[in-house]
Amino acid sequence: MPIIFGLAGIALWQAAVWEFQVPAYVLPGPIAIVQAYIGDYATLNAALLSTLTVTFAALLVSAALGVALALAMAASDLARAAIQPWAVILQVTPVVAIAPLIIIWVNQPFLALVVCATIVAFFPVLSSTAAGLAATPHDLLDLFRLNGATRLQTLILLRLPAALPFFLAGLRISGTLALVGAVVAEFVAGSGGFASGLAYRILEAGYRLQIPKMFAALVLLGMAGIAIYAALGLFSHLMLRRRDAA
Amino acid sequence: MINVSGVSKRFPNGTLALDGVATEIGKGDFVALLGPSGCGKSTLLRLIAGLERPSEGQITWEGGAPEPGEIGFVFQDSTLMPWASAAENVYLPLKLRRKSRAATAGDVQAALAQVGLADFAGSKPAALSGGMKMRVSIARALVSKPKLLLMDEPFGALDEFTRHRLQEDLRDLWRRSGTTIVFVTHSTYEAAYLATRVLVMSARPGRISTSIDCAIAEAADRRVAPDYIAMVKRLSDRLRQEFAA
Repeated sequence: MPIIFGLAGIALWQAAVWEFQVPAYVLPGPIAIVQAYIGDYATLNAALLSTLTVTFAALLVSAALGVALALAMAASDLARAAIQPWAVILQVTPVVAIAPLIIIWVNQPFLALVVCATIVAFFPVLSSTAAGLAATPHDLLDLFRLNGATRLQTLILLRLPAALPFFLAGLRISGTLALVGAVVAEFVAGSGGFASGLAYRILEAGYRLQIPKMFAALVLLGMAGIAIYAALGLFSHLMLRRRDAA
Repeated sequence: MINVSGVSKRFPNGTLALDGVATEIGKGDFVALLGPSGCGKSTLLRLIAGLERPSEGQITWEGGAPEPGEIGFVFQDSTLMPWASAAENVYLPLKLRRKSRAATAGDVQAALAQVGLADFAGSKPAALSGGMKMRVSIARALVSKPKLLLMDEPFGALDEFTRHRLQEDLRDLWRRSGTTIVFVTHSTYEAAYLATRVLVMSARPGRISTSIDCAIAEAADRRVAPDYIAMVKRLSDRLRQEFAA
């Protein structure tokens, strides 16, 4: 069904562009966009790959950092008090505002982009994993105590499996945010950055009034977002099935 | 087997949940703690389990403090791990004490058979009814062959038919195994049906107001036996007195 609506929308768009003879530098039709992509696919694909590399690196760091901080917060109230305010401050500060600083501080452009994207992406993993760890049923914790379970046993056999669905839900949100973060960071970095991502190609095409190419880059970005979301959905499904296989 | 002497419990917020509770739990007893919500009966159970420490008084075990696994605990909810099968849930207490799965597979299967779920070892909790989940929870408490089985209103959330079935099965189980059981309930019917001794509690602060021996002759249908009905009446009169005062 979504595919039918999508195709209908594209057909309507193309028809409107033909009917009203909209110039391509204002709004190119889908056919012009596909042509622009075919004409420039090597550059655009390379740009997509570059942006996706930053995105996945940021997602991996976000997942590791989010889980580590959530575990620290679950283990001690002191750690919670120390981490929580900073996590919230980083989350509410628009990355556009701090990206220039980070690009100055971190010399290596790839690393700077990953840091920016991580700042955008790590919060959902952290907050949902922390919520999952805190929601471990109390009765089960008592049962583990009665049977003399060690802290490590309680963590591995109870807290982590109980928090897994929360972590996965957070990871799915973080995945799309990592893409957003990567693109925003590339925009801010401009030609001073990595100079090869999709955002850079969008900027470049904009300056040169190559509007169809700009749209082609946007379409790639949208499809990448959908693919990441779907892939993480599949990943969640597989992880939960693995957990439930016992 | 267990001596409770002068036990009081005050929570950090200042509430005095229990005040000077003293009783003796003998080996093989089936003791019911009877009282309305908020009278501290669950707190007393948690103190006996060692999950909390008394503010005053002592709980002493004949032959020294229990080892992990010597106390089985059944909660109000079945509290199973939803991601694990019935057998895996029952295996948990053994797993925590590093007993190998292979060496204890027979014990796990026997515990499931004891509660009538031999054929459901591989089922996930989501696929089981409320009564069956509670049976798995009881099997999990029994698998380590505990000296003491503590049960905190385990049948409160079940429908009447299921509750009666589980009460009957629990009584059979207790008669066959001779496990010592302390059972928290707010139902006079349940206390009279199950227990050999009923401790009637008073509320705020919680005290044991009366201990009633509940010797009802074994009958084919205990629920309509005259001495059972007389016991229910005696218990509810006692409770009414307690809470009218």
